[in-house]
Amino acid sequence: MSANHDRANLLEVRGLTKIFGTLAACNHIDLNIAKGEIHALLGENGAGKSTLVKMLFGSLEPNSGEIFWNGQAVRITSPGLAKKLGIGMVFQHFSLFEALTAAENIALSLNDGSPISAIAAKARALSYSYGLPLDPESLVGDLSVGERQRIEIIRCLLQTPQLIILDEPTSVLTPQEADKLFETLERLRAEGKSILYISHRLEEVKRICDRATVLRHGKVVGHCNPRQETAASLARMMVGNEVKAVVRAPAKGIETAPALLEIHGLTRKPATPFAIPLKNINLSVRAGEVIGIAGVAGNGQGEFFESVSGEVLQQDPGSVRIRGKDAGGVSITGRRLMGAAFVPEERLGHGAAPRMKLSENLLLSRHATDGKSFVGSGGMVRNGSVYSAAQRIIAAMDVRKSAPDPEAAALSGGNLQKFIVGRELDRKPSVMVVNQPTWGVDAGAAAHIRQALIELARSGSAVLVISQDLDELFELSDAIAVMHNGELSAPLPIAEATFERIGLLMGGAEPGHAEHRMETA
Amino acid sequence: MMRLELVKRPQRSALFSVLSPFIAFALTMIAGAIMFALLGVSPLNAFNVYFVQPISEVWQLHELAIKAAPLILIAVGLSVCYKANIWNIGAEGQFILGGIFGSIIPVLFPEFEGPLVLPLMLLLGMVGGALYAAIPALLKTRFSTNEILTSLMLVYVAQLFLDWLVRGPWRDPQGHGFPQTIQFGDSAVLPELMPDAGRANWGFVFALVAAVTVWLMMSRMLKGFEVRVLGSSPRAGRFAGFGLSKMVFFTFLLSGALAGLAGISEVSGAIGQLQPVISPGYGFTAIIVAFLGRLNPLGIVAAGLVLALTYLGGEAVQSALGISDKVARVFQGMLLFFVLGCDTLIHYRIRLIGFAAPQLEAAPKLEEAR
Repeated sequence: MSANHDRANLLEVRGLTKIFGTLAACNHIDLNIAKGEIHALLGENGAGKSTLVKMLFGSLEPNSGEIFWNGQAVRITSPGLAKKLGIGMVFQHFSLFEALTAAENIALSLNDGSPISAIAAKARALSYSYGLPLDPESLVGDLSVGERQRIEIIRCLLQTPQLIILDEPTSVLTPQEADKLFETLERLRAEGKSILYISHRLEEVKRICDRATVLRHGKVVGHCNPRQETAASLARMMVGNEVKAVVRAPAKGIETAPALLEIHGLTRKPATPFAIPLKNINLSVRAGEVIGIAGVAGNGQGEFFESVSGEVLQQDPGSVRIRGKDAGGVSITGRRLMGAAFVPEERLGHGAAPRMKLSENLLLSRHATDGKSFVGSGGMVRNGSVYSAAQRIIAAMDVRKSAPDPEAAALSGGNLQKFIVGRELDRKPSVMVVNQPTWGVDAGAAAHIRQALIELARSGSAVLVISQDLDELFELSDAIAVMHNGELSAPLPIAEATFERIGLLMGGAEPGHAEHRMETA
Repeated sequence: MMRLELVKRPQRSALFSVLSPFIAFALTMIAGAIMFALLGVSPLNAFNVYFVQPISEVWQLHELAIKAAPLILIAVGLSVCYKANIWNIGAEGQFILGGIFGSIIPVLFPEFEGPLVLPLMLLLGMVGGALYAAIPALLKTRFSTNEILTSLMLVYVAQLFLDWLVRGPWRDPQGHGFPQTIQFGDSAVLPELMPDAGRANWGFVFALVAAVTVWLMMSRMLKGFEVRVLGSSPRAGRFAGFGLSKMVFFTFLLSGALAGLAGISEVSGAIGQLQPVISPGYGFTAIIVAFLGRLNPLGIVAAGLVLALTYLGGEAVQSALGISDKVARVFQGMLLFFVLGCDTLIHYRIRLIGFAAPQLEAAPKLEEAR
């Protein structure tokens, strides 16, 4: 038992360990959070950040180790107890009812019987005092993602926590919204509150955090002062070695290359009350180029992807054209047969069936395009050739797995994503549409996937990448368009694009379409 | 304090996939022994009468096959539905409509005889079952109604329709007022397989052929893959380009046709005419058969034989021990209950957790060991 607890530490964690099966998700983690500091928790996906935080918030029980709160040993057995101690948490994925107002949502979680009007007044006062203006009467469904995050933060602050845990808070914000958030965080720090800030955005961490704890493979690999580090040195600590930089060879002769994917006047009514309508989207992607679509989550990207992939058909056959032919009324299978390939945002349950083997998941998107080699006479599946094709993809994409042909759900997110992207690359499609290509994928695998997409384009395909990760889009794209509230801006050539310009567009500035490259082509 | 915790397995357990029905069967036997003891009968004696005596002679095995045939035929069709996560609960009604449609020829055209009669009857039986199953499929795809409710409610419609037919327009005029149709002619009766040994008819062969064919489809063919994908992750199925509406119709029509075939086989083979009641609940018992057989057509053959035995055993305990034959229903219900319960073991491990120092109090406690 360690007895030298520093009273200045709000939270002290000693040897915290959580084991899932044979995997030590957290392995003897030590962590100190002082009063009035912003402490970064850094690590790649799968490094154990979420598991650690869940143990601190009482939703997971550690196998061993100790937690000290203000110098006292505590066992945090439930989120309710964590709140009582003074630990608040803002999750990456919000838990808000869209059909209720902000105040009603807050009242639900406080659950102390005080009248909604009183809660609304308190929330309003609190939100203005922290520079996070919020109308408690507004319906959550009508709010932007950034505004929804404010509700979560206000909800957390109403419980007057001493420690606030923020999980990837800026992943859903525009750069300008993120700046606002940072001001709030600095204000909270000035009041003596502590913040545990989880992120993989190193520039942010360098900017606002006082100290950082870096996790890798469930272990603490180092504590540091992020201000004295460079982004590269922090990345090295997280990954364990240099990440290979993505090389983007200059695109040649794109201006004269044929447009392989054309979207013309694509409009879609919302399918549910909270879906985003698509408004007159125009875009063309030429052979040899990568076009990126930036945007804050929930601005119509999902609806756009479904429309382009053919999971949802269009009334106007000419609104989506693939390799010069109308595809608006063609099913996803038909569009694949025209040469297109698609990678959706959700891996499990959309891009792959979780409880099916990788070889079966190969068949999922390629049963028609590779009908001759994968399906024999009478509709019999040629298991042998499907299996060997799956093994070929696994080798090409360096998919790490525990069995020769495991179920999709048994793979880590990054490895499954490599397989799903590899499944489509293996076809050498002439049009590739990818939604969030490296979401939740570790840095090494992400570089691999990005490089593969660039090479596909340079070999003569048209590649369209939808992403919330601006760094990724700047690394990949020849031009970036921005989706905001169901509208798509004209693509900015990468040479003219800056974080600031894209960020302003993401926030809804310069709405409408100044020009359409398609029309000038 | 000790508590049980279910821990999710990373992969489904192949071992417990196989073991689960056997564990369920053992638990059913234990519960059954308690039930017999409470009824005042020695469990050993009762088990002997219930499970052993009904299959101790060759002719009795034929009776078993007669009971198992409709269960297997129906359950094989249902297994495809359930794999696709589509819930056809109305096989009993489709069974009855199959019996009615198939009886059109022998009842309305008794003078039409010859080798064509039987194949036509079987075909009509399948059409009848499929058409009746198309109703909940249509309602589901057009109006998003819940197919569990519609298919179930249509069972009662079918039962009353049959009752009306045999009491009304289709009643045998020479039948002394009994509610039944005329006896089918020779060419309308499904032949027995081995007339010298027992009564088992071709229905059992149909069941085996259906089981093997559907097993091939589900395990080797693209169609079976489509069923499994749409059943386990519909969004991934849509991404694959498989249509859910088409799948609803495919599974309902297939299971309806097989239930209809079972219906006409039963009417033409085991009964020989239409009566107000032509099924002791085969369509519902087949749901248990499907799950006990792990929704695998080959497993369903074995499960069908087990459930057929519960019917025979029920009759046996009634005549030998004077216990109600509703005991059969109790056994069937317990079996389904335990099968579904034991299936948890396929995806979860059970772990016993003990606390050295239980802490029920929410208050943080002071570190004392300084």
